[in-house]
Amino acid sequence: MTWLFLPILIVAAVAAYLGGRGLARRRAAGARAHSRPGQHGAYALIWTAAPALLVLFLSAVFAPTIEHQLMAAGSPDAVQSLEPFRRQAFQADAAAVGAGRPAAQIWPAPYAELLPAEGRRAARIHLMLSLGGWVAALLAGALGGLFVFSRIRPDLRARNRVEGWIVGALFACSAVAVLTTIGIVASLVFDSSRFFASVPITEFLFGTQWSPQTAIRADQVGSSGAFGALPLFTGTFLIMLIAMAVAAPVGLFSAIYLSEYAGPVFRATVKPILEILAGVPTVVYGFFAALTVGPALRGFFNGVGALLVGGPLDPVGQYLMLVQNQMALVAGGVMGIMLIPFVSSLSDDIINAVPQSLRDGSYAMGATKSETVSRVLLPAALPGVAGAMLLAMSRAIGETMIVTMAAGLAARLTLNPLDTVTTVTVQIVTLLTGDQEFDSPKTLAAFGLGLTLFLVTLLLNIVAQRIVITYRQQYD
Amino acid sequence: MTEATNGHDRTRAERLRSGLKRRYAKERRFRAYGLLAIAVAVGFLVLLLGRIVEQGHTAFYTHSVTVPVYMDPARIDRGYPQGTNFEQLVAEQQLRRLGIADDATGSKATAMRGLFSSELKFVAAGRIARQPGLVGQTVTLAAPLSDDADLYFKGKITRATPAEQRRLSNEQIAWLDRMRDEGQVSAHFNAGLFTRGDSTEPELAGVLGAVIGSALMLLVTALIAIPLGVGAALYLEEFAPRNRLTDLIEVNINNLAAVPSIIYGLLGLALFINWMHLPRASPLVGGLVLALMALPTIIIATRSSLKAVPPSIREAALAMGASKTQTVFQHTLPLAMPGVMTGAIISMAHALGETAPLLLIGMISFVPGLPHSLVEPTGALPSLVYIWENASERAFHERTAAAILVLLAFMIVMNAAAIVLRRRFERRW
Repeated sequence: MTWLFLPILIVAAVAAYLGGRGLARRRAAGARAHSRPGQHGAYALIWTAAPALLVLFLSAVFAPTIEHQLMAAGSPDAVQSLEPFRRQAFQADAAAVGAGRPAAQIWPAPYAELLPAEGRRAARIHLMLSLGGWVAALLAGALGGLFVFSRIRPDLRARNRVEGWIVGALFACSAVAVLTTIGIVASLVFDSSRFFASVPITEFLFGTQWSPQTAIRADQVGSSGAFGALPLFTGTFLIMLIAMAVAAPVGLFSAIYLSEYAGPVFRATVKPILEILAGVPTVVYGFFAALTVGPALRGFFNGVGALLVGGPLDPVGQYLMLVQNQMALVAGGVMGIMLIPFVSSLSDDIINAVPQSLRDGSYAMGATKSETVSRVLLPAALPGVAGAMLLAMSRAIGETMIVTMAAGLAARLTLNPLDTVTTVTVQIVTLLTGDQEFDSPKTLAAFGLGLTLFLVTLLLNIVAQRIVITYRQQYD
Repeated sequence: MTEATNGHDRTRAERLRSGLKRRYAKERRFRAYGLLAIAVAVGFLVLLLGRIVEQGHTAFYTHSVTVPVYMDPARIDRGYPQGTNFEQLVAEQQLRRLGIADDATGSKATAMRGLFSSELKFVAAGRIARQPGLVGQTVTLAAPLSDDADLYFKGKITRATPAEQRRLSNEQIAWLDRMRDEGQVSAHFNAGLFTRGDSTEPELAGVLGAVIGSALMLLVTALIAIPLGVGAALYLEEFAPRNRLTDLIEVNINNLAAVPSIIYGLLGLALFINWMHLPRASPLVGGLVLALMALPTIIIATRSSLKAVPPSIREAALAMGASKTQTVFQHTLPLAMPGVMTGAIISMAHALGETAPLLLIGMISFVPGLPHSLVEPTGALPSLVYIWENASERAFHERTAAAILVLLAFMIVMNAAAIVLRRRFERRW
């Protein structure tokens, strides 16, 4: 409904442009003005549209919050007495009913009767706020327009001002990147500080018990929950190690072959194929790990176990018979495949950056290609390759879908690749999916884990980028 | 030359010759490792795609039974045909046709009913609603089969499995065999997969809802991320003074590009859902999160294509009296546009496949039907893959692989578009 205001705003902006242009022509009256009439028109348009858009943006950002608080403030006592999670669901349903959509759930007696009235109230508040936003936007636009029309004169440097606005807008675009970082840090720090208020940070970092269930009743067994994240860290580390054990040699050797041995045709066919591997979504790798690699490896180990049972290695055989689909090896191995193109393309760039003179010098001394690679190129490229590996590690630590679909949920303190382990990202997903109550330590723990993950990957990235940049400069 | 040095030379030459053999062997081994590494990578790709095609291709066809149905006037309410229990009606008639007597509790009819999809009801009711005159006559219906019966005809449920471990009894399998022998069963293209939303019944589940959801989400992402990303790149590449602030922004963008996607999900949850109270699981929130994620990639791609425009173009424009802004918007940016669009399309394709942040903003719950707006809960293709992969019905496995194939098809189309754009319009200076 209120979108009807949008054409009004557009018409007003166009009118401002035409008006500004005409006014500039008339006021210049044949004399030579500093800027062309069209630039005056653009200046008028900016001064009309920018204030209106600013007000609209602010209302889009803040209106839902205000709406929510108005709804909460005036709601009947029966709704006020609901638990926070149920209250939010009720308000969401009231908003849906108010907008003419069906409610998401069927409410029991006192709430079912309240729903239509609350729905009407929600619709009224919504209409009031959005109408208010649009009227304020139009007013702001009108004020801006009045201001600018009083300023249009032949000696107004309209072009420079318009260009100033454009550069300002472009700067605002690049500031969004900084705002995103600030948003990430602020949201993670804010919610994890609430988590660390209830769970001491030392217990979180060094505790070995992870069972984040929160009980429904306070007197239930295990109601306290345990938030020792050490098993998650070791699990993440283990899967990262397995992934790197696959990705590092395969990626590095394929990069060496592509840059030193392969002919142009081979290179031109293989590189795009590796890029396809990089473009496959991670959820597809997860599916592959869960339904193909997992059962295959399990079958293999169970078979080996069956052979060993009864022999001298009986305990090992018994253990192998019980290996499950969700072992760390499956998730780590598939993650390694995912990282191959990443490692390979980074290493390829780095090896290519080694100056040709080093290769020529080595060949002139009679070295073979492999000797040149392993004794000259790799030592020279070592810092760069190390940086590439760190970047790949940071990827492996932050990767979510493969481990969510193929690793388990059991938080176990082990470095055995055949055991089921869980990772930081798996736990974030598990804690935050499904019904959630936003104040329980259970959901806040996810933000604690998120903060840890963010800090670790950030550190790895910064160190790796430093290394790669200094390495590149060395040969520039 | 003395004897001694001659002898010394010979041994040295021999030593070198024997060493040479060793060194060449080592060289061949090294080369083989490189080839092996590439073979491993390519082999995994073939295995991955091959397995998905192998698992998914069967979801593209499905089976139905052509049954004559007597539209019994005693059981069909002409005013309200959709209230009729058509499944029971068809099951009883099918039993009679096969000459099987039902027991007192009607358990055989229940078993027979289990072979048909619940869609049968809508097929039959739709026919009656269109032609009410059919009541009292015998109509031939193409009745869709249930997921288990369909899996039997696809060979994924076999008699070899012990009866208690499969979802079809021996009796049901015998009925299915008889129907096939009588030529009632036909295989056809599974159009429903592309024309329906999600459903709890595998044979009724389709990807269209998720495709529309993903499209709406990408629309939001493109509308936000491309203008913002291009603007930011223009500022950093063309206008920014070299100072500490712009250095900070640059470092920041490089780091944002490497932040794990799940962190963006946490940001979206905290900022858009818990603070701004935007609707959970809506394409709007999904698009906003993906836009923030795609932003650094678009900025980096745009900057590199702006860098590729030679400075002589800028200098010529400036020399003709154009202002800095005019130079950038009338000369540099249009020349860089193919590269910008290529980068934008590739980052959109990447955003299409991103799953983890969507799970955190609630796109993990079951959403039936097709999405209507930007602010209602919807599904998305990658999260549909995740949801179906977790479903317990076996028939969802092949559909998961089919959904992956649809997702990959979209990504291939987008990447191909980017390649064509680059080939057609990119200029080398």
